[in-house]
Amino acid sequence: MSASEFFDMGGYAFYVWSSYGLATVLLGWVFISPIFNKKSIIKELRMKYRQQERQQQDSTDS
Amino acid sequence: MKLPAIVHKFSSPKNFYTMSGKMVPWFAWGFGLSLIFGLYYGFFVAPTDYQQGESYRIMFVHVPAAWMSMFIYMVMAVSGGVGLIWRIKTADLMASVSAPIGAAFTFIALVTGSLWGKPMWGTYWVWDARLTSELILLFLYLGFIALQASIEDPRNAARAGAVLAIVGVVNIPIIHYSVEWWSTLHQGATVSKIDKPSIHIDMLIPLLVMAVSFKLYYATSVLMRARGEILRREQNSRWVKEIVAEEAK
Repeated sequence: MSASEFFDMGGYAFYVWSSYGLATVLLGWVFISPIFNKKSIIKELRMKYRQQERQQQDSTDS
Repeated sequence: MKLPAIVHKFSSPKNFYTMSGKMVPWFAWGFGLSLIFGLYYGFFVAPTDYQQGESYRIMFVHVPAAWMSMFIYMVMAVSGGVGLIWRIKTADLMASVSAPIGAAFTFIALVTGSLWGKPMWGTYWVWDARLTSELILLFLYLGFIALQASIEDPRNAARAGAVLAIVGVVNIPIIHYSVEWWSTLHQGATVSKIDKPSIHIDMLIPLLVMAVSFKLYYATSVLMRARGEILRREQNSRWVKEIVAEEAK
């Protein structure tokens, strides 16, 4: 089997590769998005905790 | 019915975070290796189908995705139910973070089915029982996500979502048996038939390997989602503060 024969999928190239393409893109995105999500949560929480610390310090100072 | 204390201790958010962190790499490796093996077998070892030619290779993504769409729904409904009855926060969490993954698999099952249907049946879509009930499953997932997003209080959101998920379980046997109960273009079950699967062994192997691979994908991906979301939900507890401080270094 040659490479072009393989990619042609017996004439069904569009249907086969669209199926695998969609699955790859969608599952890839679902897989990767929580990594960024977790990073942004940690960043968000770090800022929140810092703010809380500052407020506590302010209240003890005054 | 009360659960033993050990269950609550084991399913505590902190313990969940630690344990899942250890499990994710294993699931991820299992997923990667089984995916490579499954795709290789599916494209290079599995023979051409005598009726459908090469188009049937869509099966190796379509069928496992359809199985996952139902499997994840059951996980979502069961963990939602557990959260509802025993107030286990991590069970609520698992239900919430499963929904987008389940919705993705359902969408993939629908679209790949459609792309397989066009060359084989001559149409992208028919309103028959199998396709319609699978479409309803997608709406159940989207409804669950929208419902939880619309309720601010996390406990009320979890409760409402769980009730929706449990009611929707009715749809699962309908999807499964739809090809037997109603006449349809969709082919019947070939793998779960009681006597003998009516499928060539070299087609069955990649199909089952891909099914395992998708399960491991789900395990990896759901735990990664849960680990992020748990930090947000438990942000006022000390262990989360420690982790955030640790990660900042």
